[in-house]
Amino acid sequence: MGEIFVIAEHRQGTVRDITFQMLWKADELCRRLSHSLTVVLIGGKDLPFKNELKERADTVISIEDDRLEHFDADTYKYLISGLINERRPFLTLIGHTPWGMDLAPSLAVKLGLPIASDCVDILVEDGALKAMRQIYSGKLFSKVAFKPSPGYVITIRPGSFPVDKAGDRHGEALAMQTPSDIPEPRKKFLEFTDSGAGETDISQADFLVSVGRGVGEKENIAIVKELADLMRAVISCSRPVVDKNWLPKFHQVGTSGKSVKPRIYLALGISGAFQHVAGITGAGTVIAVNKDRKAPIFRVADYGVADDLFKVVAALKEKVKK
Amino acid sequence: MNIIVCVKRTPLTQEVELEIDGARKDIKKDSLVYFINEWDNYAIEEAVLLKEKFGGMVTAITIGREDDEEVLRRCLAIGADSAVRIDPGTLVLDAYLGSKILAETIRGMSYDLILTGVQTSDLNNGMTGIMLAEHLGIAHSAVVTGLEAEGNSARIKMELEGGIDEVARIALPALLTIQTGINEPRYVSIMGIRKASKKELRVIRVEDLNLSKEDLIPWTFVEEIYQPPETEGAVMIEGEPEKVALEIIRIIKEKGADL
Repeated sequence: MGEIFVIAEHRQGTVRDITFQMLWKADELCRRLSHSLTVVLIGGKDLPFKNELKERADTVISIEDDRLEHFDADTYKYLISGLINERRPFLTLIGHTPWGMDLAPSLAVKLGLPIASDCVDILVEDGALKAMRQIYSGKLFSKVAFKPSPGYVITIRPGSFPVDKAGDRHGEALAMQTPSDIPEPRKKFLEFTDSGAGETDISQADFLVSVGRGVGEKENIAIVKELADLMRAVISCSRPVVDKNWLPKFHQVGTSGKSVKPRIYLALGISGAFQHVAGITGAGTVIAVNKDRKAPIFRVADYGVADDLFKVVAALKEKVKK
Repeated sequence: MNIIVCVKRTPLTQEVELEIDGARKDIKKDSLVYFINEWDNYAIEEAVLLKEKFGGMVTAITIGREDDEEVLRRCLAIGADSAVRIDPGTLVLDAYLGSKILAETIRGMSYDLILTGVQTSDLNNGMTGIMLAEHLGIAHSAVVTGLEAEGNSARIKMELEGGIDEVARIALPALLTIQTGINEPRYVSIMGIRKASKKELRVIRVEDLNLSKEDLIPWTFVEEIYQPPETEGAVMIEGEPEKVALEIIRIIKEKGADL
């Protein structure tokens, strides 16, 4: 019987959803493989959610120390590699989040453990671990096998599994002391800032007309804005539009922007990268217009139009005016 | 300030139907159009902006075949001073092996910063940069959207979720993975690329690096690639734009919007 580690991610007193999503998959794997499930929780003193996590794991290892209040990849790597060397888990799960992307690859290299990143599922075939990934912006899937090893690291794409906070494991808490030789961090936390705030809160909009890379150039944003105004909708966008400074960041829908929950979401020229799609899971009806019939957005939309967005926008304007 | 930038040439796959090749481990690539990986384009731009401010040398590195020199020429045209192509021969690389080859190439070079893109648009691993930092034993940070170098440290902004950023100070030398949107990559003309052809482009082979056969075993292997499983997906509205527009308006009204 082996062990599966889930590295808990939390920020400003709240457990991130990715932690519960990883626990969901780890729970399933542990039941199938008769492994035990261990959460590793690192943070400042008196973490409020320790008990919540105990229901989802057999063991909650916590390292709580004022010096650990802020995430630091170096420090986490040092502490987690100590735990992995001691307990030798079969598998360690980390979120494929900005913090996880800083931690997991360096941890794997430090320990010499094979790693697959941004995985949407984990399989065990004839006793061998396999990871499922999406490649070419979600257009294709890839099944990945590992070099044989006593342990593996997998990072999980946010949103791949359900968030289920209830559990029946009633795990035990195991508090560990911070080692005295903890290295001085090479990165110093200064502050959190909010670049997503602005004059419109798209997360409260009832009807969004959203524009993506397919709009082509900055001047064309006005064409879509006119449609949004005619339809009494709020304009939003996907990441490339903000990257190119065509619209301010507060319009951005997706993981690094806002999660939205309009009754109607009209997506124009948006391909549907998973970071974008993760922001519209709460939307009612999604209507997508995109030239590329194979665009991933059509896998999540309710209605689709495989055509040039400008033709459709022009026709819509004419009909709405009438 | 000396800066190394790791770049990759990747195919443009938006609005392209991808075909899987016979061995089912890769796509058919003959008819695809290639460009510098989107994230790497921001990374090289950021390096050249820093060089313009502080002076120093920018070196662009890629692992690839002769065709891939195109992205190095582009980096040289933007403002890199020299470029290195590492020829992998027949090796099949994963992120780990790529990072190891880069580390062996960079070890011994002089640098204050190493920049890579957050990820590539083809395989989307998002690991090569941070693995490289660990091989070299330097500080690192991922998903960087702001960078101000100040002496032997840098003030950096990292993009988290939900519009939140984290601001931190990192000791140099450091490796940062650069997120799109950090700057506005400049336009490069064909003339500019031609002019840059006089700059140094060095080619080395993996065999020339200090790596044993054992070192060159990847950690992961693609077993098979395939089309996404059929899902129900969208109900497609077909027809002329006028007909499509009427149907969209009908749906929008049905769902309760007041047009």
